[in-house]
Amino acid sequence: MDKVIIAQNLSLSYKEFETIISKASFSIDTGSFVFITGASGSGKSTLLKSFYGAIEPKQGQLSVGGVNMNRISTSKLNFLRRHIGIVFQDYKLIKEWTIEKNVMLPLIISGYTSDVSGSQVQKLLGHVKLIHQAGKYPLELSGGEQQRVAMARALAHNPILILADEPTGNLDEYSSSVIWSLLEGANTQLKTTVVVVTHHIPEQLNIPYKHYHIDAGNINEIA
Amino acid sequence: MKSLKNHISLIIALFTVLASVQIYVAVDRTIAAYETRLKDDYSVIVVANKAFTTEELKSMSSMIERSEPISTTQVLDRLKGEMSQKNLDLLRLTLPKFYRIYLNRYPSPKEINNLQRLLQRNPTIERVEGFAQTHDTIYKLMLLFKNVVQVFSLAIAAVTSLLILKEMRLWQFQHAERMSIMALFGAPVWLRSAVLFRLAIVDAIIATFILCLAFFLIDYYGFLITQLKAIGISVQLFNFVDDALRSLGIALGISVALTFMIVIFPNEED
Ligand SMILES: Nc1ncnc2c1ncn2[C@@H]1O[C@H](COP(=O)(O)OP(=O)(O)OP(=O)(O)O)[C@@H](O)[C@H]1O
Ligand SMILES: [Mg+2]
Repeated sequence: MDKVIIAQNLSLSYKEFETIISKASFSIDTGSFVFITGASGSGKSTLLKSFYGAIEPKQGQLSVGGVNMNRISTSKLNFLRRHIGIVFQDYKLIKEWTIEKNVMLPLIISGYTSDVSGSQVQKLLGHVKLIHQAGKYPLELSGGEQQRVAMARALAHNPILILADEPTGNLDEYSSSVIWSLLEGANTQLKTTVVVVTHHIPEQLNIPYKHYHIDAGNINEIA
Repeated sequence: MKSLKNHISLIIALFTVLASVQIYVAVDRTIAAYETRLKDDYSVIVVANKAFTTEELKSMSSMIERSEPISTTQVLDRLKGEMSQKNLDLLRLTLPKFYRIYLNRYPSPKEINNLQRLLQRNPTIERVEGFAQTHDTIYKLMLLFKNVVQVFSLAIAAVTSLLILKEMRLWQFQHAERMSIMALFGAPVWLRSAVLFRLAIVDAIIATFILCLAFFLIDYYGFLITQLKAIGISVQLFNFVDDALRSLGIALGISVALTFMIVIFPNEED
Protein backbone atom coordinates (compact mmCIF):
# COMPACT_ATOMS: atom_id res chain seq x y z
CA MET A 1 0.00 0.00 0.00
CA ASP A 2 1.12 3.58 -0.74
CA LYS A 3 2.33 5.71 2.11
CA VAL A 4 1.36 9.37 2.31
CA ILE A 5 3.65 10.07 5.26
CA ILE A 6 6.92 8.29 6.01
CA ALA A 7 9.07 9.21 9.01
CA GLN A 8 12.43 7.64 9.74
CA ASN A 9 14.25 8.48 12.96
CA LEU A 10 12.40 11.77 12.93
CA SER A 11 13.36 14.20 15.67
CA LEU A 12 11.62 17.52 16.21
CA SER A 13 12.45 20.42 18.48
CA TYR A 14 12.17 24.19 18.67
CA LYS A 15 15.40 24.88 20.52
CA GLU A 16 18.89 23.46 20.40
CA PHE A 17 19.03 21.15 23.44
CA GLU A 18 15.41 20.10 23.59
CA THR A 19 13.60 17.18 22.01
CA ILE A 20 9.88 17.07 21.54
CA ILE A 21 9.74 14.07 19.20
CA SER A 22 12.75 11.80 19.39
CA LYS A 23 13.85 9.45 16.61
CA ALA A 24 10.36 8.36 15.66
CA SER A 25 9.81 5.95 12.77
CA PHE A 26 6.32 5.37 11.45
CA SER A 27 4.29 5.62 8.29
CA ILE A 28 0.74 6.53 7.39
CA ASP A 29 -0.99 4.65 4.56
CA THR A 30 -2.71 6.55 1.81
CA GLY A 31 -6.43 6.60 2.46
CA SER A 32 -6.16 5.58 6.09
CA PHE A 33 -7.68 7.18 9.17
CA VAL A 34 -5.26 7.90 12.00
CA PHE A 35 -5.70 9.16 15.53
CA ILE A 36 -2.92 10.75 17.51
CA THR A 37 -3.31 11.07 21.26
CA GLY A 38 -1.03 12.20 24.06
CA ALA A 39 -0.89 14.41 27.09
CA SER A 40 -1.00 18.16 26.80
CA GLY A 41 2.40 19.42 25.76
CA SER A 42 3.51 15.99 24.51
CA GLY A 43 4.09 17.28 20.98
CA LYS A 44 0.95 16.41 19.01
CA SER A 45 0.59 19.81 17.37
CA THR A 46 4.33 19.90 16.75
CA LEU A 47 4.13 16.60 14.88
CA LEU A 48 1.31 17.93 12.71
CA LYS A 49 3.35 21.08 12.02
CA SER A 50 6.14 18.92 10.64
CA PHE A 51 3.62 17.35 8.25
CA TYR A 52 2.69 20.72 6.73
CA GLY A 53 6.22 22.04 6.81
CA ALA A 54 5.90 24.67 9.55
CA ILE A 55 8.76 23.00 11.41
CA GLU A 56 11.71 21.24 9.79
CA PRO A 57 13.02 17.86 10.93
CA LYS A 58 15.92 18.32 13.37
CA GLN A 59 17.15 14.86 12.49
CA GLY A 60 16.01 11.95 10.38
CA GLN A 61 13.86 11.86 7.30
CA LEU A 62 10.29 12.91 6.69
CA SER A 63 8.36 12.69 3.47
CA VAL A 64 4.80 13.86 2.90
CA GLY A 65 2.93 13.01 -0.29
CA GLY A 66 6.21 11.86 -1.80
CA VAL A 67 7.87 15.21 -1.05
CA ASN A 68 10.98 15.26 1.10
CA MET A 69 10.36 17.76 3.91
CA ASN A 70 14.03 18.23 4.75
CA ARG A 71 15.06 21.61 3.34
CA ILE A 72 12.01 21.82 1.11
CA SER A 73 11.83 24.75 -1.30
CA THR A 74 9.14 27.39 -0.86
CA SER A 75 7.45 26.64 -4.16
CA LYS A 76 7.33 22.89 -3.44
CA LEU A 77 5.96 23.56 0.01
CA ASN A 78 3.26 25.84 -1.40
CA PHE A 79 2.34 23.15 -3.89
CA LEU A 80 2.12 20.50 -1.17
CA ARG A 81 0.07 22.74 1.12
CA ARG A 82 -2.49 23.32 -1.62
CA HIS A 83 -3.28 19.60 -1.34
CA ILE A 84 -3.54 19.49 2.43
CA GLY A 85 -6.51 20.61 4.51
CA ILE A 86 -5.62 21.76 8.01
CA VAL A 87 -7.84 22.38 11.02
CA PHE A 88 -5.68 24.32 13.47
CA GLN A 89 -6.06 24.00 17.20
CA ASP A 90 -6.49 27.80 17.36
CA TYR A 91 -8.57 27.83 14.11
CA LYS A 92 -6.52 30.55 12.39
CA LEU A 93 -9.45 32.17 10.63
CA ILE A 94 -8.83 35.46 8.82
CA LYS A 95 -10.46 38.15 10.99
CA GLU A 96 -10.98 40.64 8.17
CA TRP A 97 -12.82 38.13 5.97
CA THR A 98 -16.39 36.86 6.18
CA ILE A 99 -17.08 33.24 7.09
CA GLU A 100 -17.93 32.57 3.46
CA LYS A 101 -14.65 33.97 2.20
CA ASN A 102 -12.69 32.15 4.89
CA VAL A 103 -14.08 28.82 3.74
CA MET A 104 -13.31 29.86 0.17
CA LEU A 105 -9.61 30.53 0.91
CA PRO A 106 -8.17 27.22 -0.37
CA LEU A 107 -10.29 27.55 -3.52
CA ILE A 108 -9.10 31.12 -4.11
CA ILE A 109 -5.52 29.94 -3.75
CA SER A 110 -6.07 27.08 -6.18
CA GLY A 111 -7.60 29.51 -8.66
CA TYR A 112 -11.17 28.22 -8.90
CA THR A 113 -13.73 30.47 -10.54
CA SER A 114 -16.10 32.16 -8.14
CA ASP A 115 -19.20 30.24 -9.25
CA VAL A 116 -17.53 26.87 -8.67
CA SER A 117 -16.12 27.90 -5.29
CA GLY A 118 -19.37 29.66 -4.36
CA SER A 119 -21.45 26.52 -4.65
CA GLN A 120 -18.81 24.41 -2.92
CA VAL A 121 -18.77 26.85 0.00
CA GLN A 122 -22.58 26.80 0.27
CA LYS A 123 -22.51 23.01 0.39
CA LEU A 124 -19.85 22.91 3.11
CA LEU A 125 -21.49 25.62 5.22
CA GLY A 126 -24.63 23.51 4.98
CA HIS A 127 -22.74 20.45 6.23
CA VAL A 128 -21.40 22.30 9.28
CA LYS A 129 -24.79 24.00 9.86
CA LEU A 130 -23.53 27.56 9.39
CA ILE A 131 -25.38 28.79 6.30
CA HIS A 132 -27.11 31.52 8.30
CA GLN A 133 -23.73 32.87 9.53
CA ALA A 134 -22.09 33.07 6.09
CA GLY A 135 -21.86 36.87 5.99
CA LYS A 136 -20.53 37.32 9.52
CA TYR A 137 -16.94 37.75 10.61
CA PRO A 138 -15.03 35.18 12.70
CA LEU A 139 -14.99 37.27 15.88
CA GLU A 140 -18.80 37.44 15.76
CA LEU A 141 -19.00 33.66 16.11
CA SER A 142 -18.75 31.37 19.13
CA GLY A 143 -15.65 29.22 19.58
CA GLY A 144 -17.46 26.11 18.46
CA GLU A 145 -18.85 27.86 15.39
CA GLN A 146 -15.37 29.09 14.47
CA GLN A 147 -14.10 25.55 14.80
CA ARG A 148 -16.73 24.34 12.37
CA VAL A 149 -15.76 27.09 9.92
CA ALA A 150 -12.17 25.82 10.16
CA MET A 151 -13.43 22.32 9.42
CA ALA A 152 -15.35 23.48 6.36
CA ARG A 153 -12.28 25.36 5.10
CA ALA A 154 -10.09 22.27 5.51
CA LEU A 155 -12.47 20.27 3.31
CA ALA A 156 -13.13 22.94 0.69
CA HIS A 157 -10.50 21.96 -1.89
CA ASN A 158 -10.96 18.18 -1.55
CA PRO A 159 -7.42 17.73 -0.18
CA ILE A 160 -5.58 14.42 -0.36
CA LEU A 161 -4.61 14.76 3.29
CA ILE A 162 -6.52 16.28 6.18
CA LEU A 163 -4.65 17.25 9.34
CA ALA A 164 -7.05 18.11 12.15
CA ASP A 165 -5.83 19.31 15.55
CA GLU A 166 -8.52 18.60 18.14
CA PRO A 167 -11.33 19.46 15.71
CA THR A 168 -14.03 18.72 18.27
CA GLY A 169 -12.29 20.24 21.27
CA ASN A 170 -14.89 22.97 21.68
CA LEU A 171 -18.00 21.20 20.48
CA ASP A 172 -21.01 19.59 22.11
CA GLU A 173 -21.87 15.98 21.38
CA TYR A 174 -24.15 16.72 18.47
CA SER A 175 -21.73 19.09 16.69
CA SER A 176 -18.89 16.66 17.33
CA SER A 177 -20.81 13.85 15.66
CA VAL A 178 -21.34 16.15 12.64
CA ILE A 179 -17.58 16.70 12.39
CA TRP A 180 -16.77 13.01 12.75
CA SER A 181 -19.18 12.04 10.04
CA LEU A 182 -17.73 14.71 7.75
CA LEU A 183 -14.22 13.33 8.27
CA GLU A 184 -15.48 9.78 7.88
CA GLY A 185 -17.25 10.77 4.67
CA ALA A 186 -14.13 12.37 3.22
CA ASN A 187 -12.17 9.25 4.10
CA THR A 188 -14.59 6.70 2.69
CA GLN A 189 -15.96 8.59 -0.30
CA LEU A 190 -12.97 10.64 -1.45
CA LYS A 191 -10.25 8.31 -0.12
CA THR A 192 -8.76 11.24 1.74
CA THR A 193 -6.13 10.37 4.31
CA VAL A 194 -7.23 11.77 7.68
CA VAL A 195 -4.91 12.43 10.63
CA VAL A 196 -6.70 13.65 13.74
CA VAL A 197 -5.23 14.78 17.04
CA THR A 198 -7.77 14.19 19.79
CA HIS A 199 -8.21 13.38 23.43
CA HIS A 200 -11.23 11.15 22.89
CA ILE A 201 -11.52 8.65 20.09
CA PRO A 202 -15.20 8.68 19.12
CA GLU A 203 -17.14 5.46 19.58
CA GLN A 204 -19.50 6.07 16.67
CA LEU A 205 -16.79 5.50 14.04
CA ASN A 206 -17.60 2.63 11.65
CA ILE A 207 -14.27 2.49 9.87
CA PRO A 208 -10.92 0.90 10.65
CA TYR A 209 -8.35 3.28 12.02
CA LYS A 210 -4.86 3.43 13.43
CA HIS A 211 -4.01 4.98 16.75
CA TYR A 212 -0.66 6.47 17.73
CA HIS A 213 0.11 7.67 21.21
CA ILE A 214 2.87 10.18 21.96
CA ASP A 215 4.65 9.75 25.25
CA ALA A 216 7.95 11.28 26.31
CA GLY A 217 8.96 12.00 22.72
CA ASN A 218 8.17 8.51 21.48
CA ILE A 219 5.38 7.62 19.09
CA ASN A 220 3.81 4.25 19.83
CA GLU A 221 1.13 2.49 17.87
CA ILE A 222 -1.76 1.27 20.03
CA ALA A 223 -3.31 -1.92 18.75
CA MET B 1 -12.05 51.84 5.93
CA LYS B 2 -10.28 50.96 9.15
CA SER B 3 -6.93 51.80 7.62
CA LEU B 4 -7.98 55.19 6.25
CA LYS B 5 -5.26 56.82 8.31
CA ASN B 6 -2.61 54.66 6.65
CA HIS B 7 -4.00 55.53 3.25
CA ILE B 8 -3.86 59.23 3.96
CA SER B 9 -0.25 59.20 5.07
CA LEU B 10 0.83 57.22 2.03
CA ILE B 11 -1.18 59.46 -0.28
CA ILE B 12 0.31 62.61 1.26
CA ALA B 13 3.81 61.18 0.96
CA LEU B 14 3.31 60.24 -2.69
CA PHE B 15 1.71 63.60 -3.39
CA THR B 16 4.75 65.35 -1.88
CA VAL B 17 7.09 63.47 -4.18
CA LEU B 18 4.92 64.20 -7.21
CA ALA B 19 4.56 67.86 -6.32
CA SER B 20 8.30 68.32 -5.90
CA VAL B 21 8.97 66.66 -9.26
CA GLN B 22 6.28 68.80 -10.89
CA ILE B 23 7.66 71.99 -9.37
CA TYR B 24 11.04 71.07 -10.77
CA VAL B 25 9.52 70.48 -14.21
CA ALA B 26 7.55 73.74 -14.06
CA VAL B 27 10.64 75.73 -13.08
CA ASP B 28 12.54 74.11 -15.90
CA ARG B 29 9.78 75.00 -18.31
CA THR B 30 9.53 78.58 -17.04
CA ILE B 31 13.24 79.09 -17.55
CA ALA B 32 13.04 77.63 -21.02
CA ALA B 33 10.20 80.03 -21.82
CA TYR B 34 12.19 82.93 -20.41
CA GLU B 35 15.16 81.87 -22.52
CA THR B 36 13.03 82.07 -25.65
CA ARG B 37 11.94 85.54 -24.68
CA LEU B 38 15.52 86.62 -24.01
CA LYS B 39 16.63 85.04 -27.24
CA ASP B 40 14.05 87.02 -29.21
CA ASP B 41 15.24 90.25 -27.61
CA TYR B 42 18.90 89.50 -27.85
CA SER B 43 21.10 90.37 -30.78
CA VAL B 44 24.76 90.80 -31.61
CA ILE B 45 25.87 93.85 -33.55
CA VAL B 46 28.41 93.29 -36.32
CA VAL B 47 30.34 96.07 -38.01
CA ALA B 48 31.83 95.08 -41.36
CA ASN B 49 33.61 96.69 -44.31
CA LYS B 50 31.72 94.69 -46.82
CA ALA B 51 28.11 93.69 -47.33
CA PHE B 52 27.09 90.28 -46.08
CA THR B 53 24.03 88.27 -46.90
CA THR B 54 22.26 86.36 -44.15
CA GLU B 55 23.47 83.13 -45.72
CA GLU B 56 27.09 84.24 -45.56
CA LEU B 57 26.77 85.17 -41.91
CA LYS B 58 24.91 81.94 -41.11
CA SER B 59 27.73 79.87 -42.57
CA MET B 60 30.08 81.34 -39.95
CA SER B 61 28.26 79.89 -36.94
CA SER B 62 25.45 77.41 -36.47
CA MET B 63 24.12 79.59 -33.67
CA ILE B 64 23.05 82.34 -36.04
CA GLU B 65 19.39 82.24 -36.95
CA ARG B 66 18.92 85.37 -38.99
CA SER B 67 20.43 88.79 -39.54
CA GLU B 68 19.21 92.18 -40.61
CA PRO B 69 21.20 95.15 -41.83
CA ILE B 70 20.94 98.28 -39.70
CA SER B 71 20.14 101.17 -41.96
CA THR B 72 22.47 104.14 -41.64
CA THR B 73 20.29 106.66 -43.53
CA GLN B 74 18.52 107.78 -40.37
CA VAL B 75 21.83 108.78 -38.75
CA LEU B 76 23.04 110.43 -41.92
CA ASP B 77 19.78 112.36 -42.29
CA ARG B 78 20.30 113.83 -38.84
CA LEU B 79 23.68 115.13 -39.93
CA LYS B 80 22.25 116.79 -43.02
CA GLY B 81 22.11 120.27 -41.61
CA GLU B 82 25.59 120.20 -40.11
CA MET B 83 27.55 118.88 -43.09
CA SER B 84 27.84 119.67 -46.69
CA GLN B 85 26.23 117.31 -49.14
CA LYS B 86 29.68 116.46 -50.54
CA ASN B 87 31.08 115.43 -47.20
CA LEU B 88 27.91 113.52 -46.48
CA ASP B 89 28.27 111.54 -49.71
CA LEU B 90 31.89 110.79 -48.82
CA LEU B 91 30.83 109.61 -45.37
CA ARG B 92 28.14 107.42 -46.89
CA LEU B 93 30.74 105.68 -49.06
CA THR B 94 33.28 105.09 -46.29
CA LEU B 95 30.76 104.20 -43.61
CA PRO B 96 30.93 100.46 -42.73
CA LYS B 97 27.92 98.14 -42.86
CA PHE B 98 26.03 97.40 -39.64
CA TYR B 99 24.21 94.13 -38.97
CA ARG B 100 22.02 92.91 -36.20
CA ILE B 101 22.42 89.15 -35.72
CA TYR B 102 19.75 87.07 -33.99
CA LEU B 103 20.62 83.69 -32.51
CA ASN B 104 18.65 80.48 -32.33
CA ARG B 105 19.09 80.24 -28.56
CA TYR B 106 19.96 82.41 -25.65
CA PRO B 107 23.75 82.18 -25.36
CA SER B 108 25.83 81.86 -22.24
CA PRO B 109 28.53 84.53 -21.76
CA LYS B 110 31.08 81.98 -22.92
CA GLU B 111 29.14 81.29 -26.08
CA ILE B 112 28.99 85.00 -26.77
CA ASN B 113 32.76 85.24 -26.51
CA ASN B 114 33.23 82.26 -28.78
CA LEU B 115 30.88 83.71 -31.34
CA GLN B 116 32.68 87.02 -31.18
CA ARG B 117 36.02 85.35 -31.81
CA LEU B 118 34.60 83.28 -34.62
CA LEU B 119 33.14 86.24 -36.44
CA GLN B 120 36.25 88.36 -36.02
CA ARG B 121 38.32 85.77 -37.79
CA ASN B 122 36.83 87.19 -40.92
CA PRO B 123 39.13 90.12 -41.89
CA THR B 124 36.29 92.20 -43.32
CA ILE B 125 34.51 92.19 -39.98
CA GLU B 126 35.77 95.07 -37.92
CA ARG B 127 33.90 94.85 -34.72
CA VAL B 128 31.47 92.52 -32.94
CA GLU B 129 29.49 93.76 -29.96
CA GLY B 130 28.01 90.84 -27.93
CA PHE B 131 26.94 92.78 -24.83
CA ALA B 132 28.30 89.90 -22.74
CA GLN B 133 28.70 92.08 -19.69
CA THR B 134 25.04 93.02 -19.62
CA HIS B 135 24.08 89.35 -19.65
CA ASP B 136 20.74 89.11 -17.96
CA THR B 137 20.92 88.96 -14.14
CA ILE B 138 17.35 87.75 -13.81
CA TYR B 139 18.32 84.85 -15.98
CA LYS B 140 21.29 84.04 -13.75
CA LEU B 141 19.04 84.20 -10.71
CA MET B 142 16.62 81.83 -12.38
CA LEU B 143 19.38 79.35 -13.10
CA LEU B 144 20.40 79.51 -9.47
CA PHE B 145 16.78 79.02 -8.45
CA LYS B 146 16.53 76.02 -10.75
CA ASN B 147 19.55 74.38 -9.14
CA VAL B 148 18.18 74.98 -5.66
CA VAL B 149 14.82 73.52 -6.62
CA GLN B 150 16.56 70.53 -8.15
CA VAL B 151 18.49 69.76 -4.97
CA PHE B 152 15.39 70.23 -2.85
CA SER B 153 13.16 68.00 -4.90
CA LEU B 154 15.77 65.24 -4.83
CA ALA B 155 16.05 65.52 -1.05
CA ILE B 156 12.27 65.56 -0.62
CA ALA B 157 11.88 62.52 -2.87
CA ALA B 158 14.51 60.59 -0.90
CA VAL B 159 13.11 61.44 2.52
CA THR B 160 9.52 60.75 1.52
CA SER B 161 10.46 57.43 -0.01
CA LEU B 162 11.83 56.40 3.37
CA LEU B 163 8.58 57.51 4.99
CA ILE B 164 6.62 55.46 2.49
CA LEU B 165 8.77 52.43 3.23
CA LYS B 166 8.04 52.81 6.94
CA GLU B 167 4.36 53.21 6.23
CA MET B 168 4.32 50.01 4.22
CA ARG B 169 6.15 48.08 6.95
CA LEU B 170 3.21 49.06 9.10
CA TRP B 171 0.81 47.69 6.52
CA GLN B 172 2.78 44.51 6.35
CA PHE B 173 2.56 44.21 10.11
CA GLN B 174 -1.21 44.70 9.97
CA HIS B 175 -1.56 42.15 7.22
CA ALA B 176 0.99 39.70 8.63
CA GLU B 177 -1.57 37.41 10.27
CA ARG B 178 -3.67 37.08 7.16
CA MET B 179 -0.61 36.60 5.00
CA SER B 180 0.76 33.84 7.23
CA ILE B 181 -2.58 32.01 7.24
CA MET B 182 -2.67 32.21 3.47
CA ALA B 183 0.86 30.80 3.40
CA LEU B 184 -0.29 27.81 5.47
CA PHE B 185 -2.72 26.99 2.69
CA GLY B 186 -0.01 27.27 0.07
CA ALA B 187 -0.67 30.74 -1.33
CA PRO B 188 2.34 31.97 -3.32
CA VAL B 189 3.93 35.26 -2.28
CA TRP B 190 2.26 37.35 -4.97
CA LEU B 191 -1.20 36.16 -3.97
CA ARG B 192 -0.51 36.74 -0.26
CA SER B 193 0.59 40.29 -0.97
CA ALA B 194 -1.99 41.10 -3.65
CA VAL B 195 -3.86 43.28 -1.15
CA LEU B 196 -0.74 45.32 -0.45
CA PHE B 197 -0.17 45.84 -4.15
CA ARG B 198 -3.79 46.84 -4.63
CA LEU B 199 -3.54 49.40 -1.84
CA ALA B 200 -0.29 50.73 -3.27
CA ILE B 201 -1.77 51.10 -6.74
CA VAL B 202 -5.00 52.73 -5.54
CA ASP B 203 -3.08 55.21 -3.40
CA ALA B 204 -0.76 56.07 -6.28
CA ILE B 205 -3.77 56.83 -8.47
CA ILE B 206 -5.38 58.97 -5.77
CA ALA B 207 -2.13 60.90 -5.18
CA THR B 208 -1.85 61.62 -8.91
CA PHE B 209 -5.45 62.74 -9.03
CA ILE B 210 -4.91 65.16 -6.15
CA LEU B 211 -1.85 66.57 -7.91
CA CYS B 212 -3.88 67.16 -11.08
CA LEU B 213 -6.58 68.82 -9.02
CA ALA B 214 -4.05 71.08 -7.28
CA PHE B 215 -2.55 72.23 -10.56
CA PHE B 216 -5.97 72.62 -12.08
CA LEU B 217 -6.86 75.03 -9.29
CA ILE B 218 -3.59 76.92 -9.68
CA ASP B 219 -4.40 77.21 -13.37
CA TYR B 220 -8.03 78.11 -12.83
CA TYR B 221 -7.37 80.87 -10.33
CA GLY B 222 -4.39 82.08 -12.32
CA PHE B 223 -1.86 82.08 -9.48
CA LEU B 224 1.71 82.42 -10.77
CA ILE B 225 0.58 82.52 -14.37
CA THR B 226 -0.36 86.20 -14.11
CA GLN B 227 2.90 87.01 -12.38
CA LEU B 228 4.84 85.18 -15.05
CA LYS B 229 2.85 86.93 -17.76
CA ALA B 230 3.90 90.21 -16.18
CA ILE B 231 7.54 89.44 -16.99
CA GLY B 232 6.59 88.28 -20.45
CA ILE B 233 6.62 84.55 -19.91
CA SER B 234 3.73 82.38 -20.95
CA VAL B 235 4.20 78.83 -19.79
CA GLN B 236 2.09 75.78 -19.01
CA LEU B 237 2.88 74.78 -15.43
CA PHE B 238 1.07 71.46 -15.71
CA ASN B 239 0.24 69.54 -18.84
CA PHE B 240 -2.84 67.48 -18.13
CA VAL B 241 -1.74 64.69 -20.44
CA ASP B 242 2.05 64.39 -20.34
CA ASP B 243 2.60 65.58 -16.80
CA ALA B 244 -0.34 63.64 -15.44
CA LEU B 245 0.91 60.45 -17.07
CA ARG B 246 4.46 60.98 -15.86
CA SER B 247 3.22 61.65 -12.32
CA LEU B 248 1.11 58.52 -12.39
CA GLY B 249 4.15 56.57 -13.59
CA ILE B 250 6.33 57.94 -10.80
CA ALA B 251 3.69 57.32 -8.11
CA LEU B 252 3.04 53.77 -9.29
CA GLY B 253 6.76 53.13 -9.68
CA ILE B 254 7.58 54.24 -6.14
CA SER B 255 4.68 52.56 -4.39
CA VAL B 256 4.91 49.29 -6.30
CA ALA B 257 8.70 49.12 -5.95
CA LEU B 258 8.48 49.69 -2.22
CA THR B 259 5.73 47.07 -1.89
CA PHE B 260 8.02 44.66 -3.69
CA MET B 261 10.75 45.47 -1.20
CA ILE B 262 8.66 44.62 1.83
CA VAL B 263 7.27 41.51 0.16
CA ILE B 264 10.73 40.21 -0.69
CA PHE B 265 11.77 40.49 2.95
CA PRO B 266 8.72 38.94 4.62
CA ASN B 267 7.96 38.36 8.28
CA GLU B 268 8.66 34.93 9.72
CA GLU B 269 5.64 32.73 9.48
CA ASP B 270 4.37 30.14 11.93
N1 LIG C 1 6.47 27.84 18.79
C1 LIG C 1 7.04 27.18 19.81
N2 LIG C 1 8.27 27.55 20.25
C2 LIG C 1 8.87 26.91 21.26
N3 LIG C 1 8.33 25.88 21.90
C3 LIG C 1 7.11 25.44 21.53
C4 LIG C 1 6.42 26.10 20.45
N4 LIG C 1 5.22 25.47 20.29
C5 LIG C 1 5.19 24.48 21.21
N5 LIG C 1 6.31 24.45 21.96
C6 LIG C 1 6.62 23.51 23.02
O1 LIG C 1 6.64 22.19 22.48
C7 LIG C 1 6.00 21.29 23.33
C8 LIG C 1 4.91 20.55 22.58
O2 LIG C 1 3.92 21.43 22.21
P1 LIG C 1 2.67 21.03 21.33
O3 LIG C 1 1.93 22.24 21.00
O4 LIG C 1 3.11 20.18 20.22
O5 LIG C 1 1.86 20.16 22.40
P2 LIG C 1 0.48 19.41 22.19
O6 LIG C 1 0.72 17.97 22.35
O7 LIG C 1 -0.18 19.84 20.93
O8 LIG C 1 -0.31 19.95 23.45
P3 LIG C 1 -1.88 20.31 23.58
O9 LIG C 1 -2.62 19.06 23.75
O10 LIG C 1 -1.94 21.15 24.81
O11 LIG C 1 -2.26 21.05 22.36
C9 LIG C 1 5.47 22.08 24.50
O12 LIG C 1 6.33 21.86 25.59
C10 LIG C 1 5.56 23.52 24.06
O13 LIG C 1 5.95 24.32 25.15
MG1 LIG D 1 -1.73 20.98 20.46
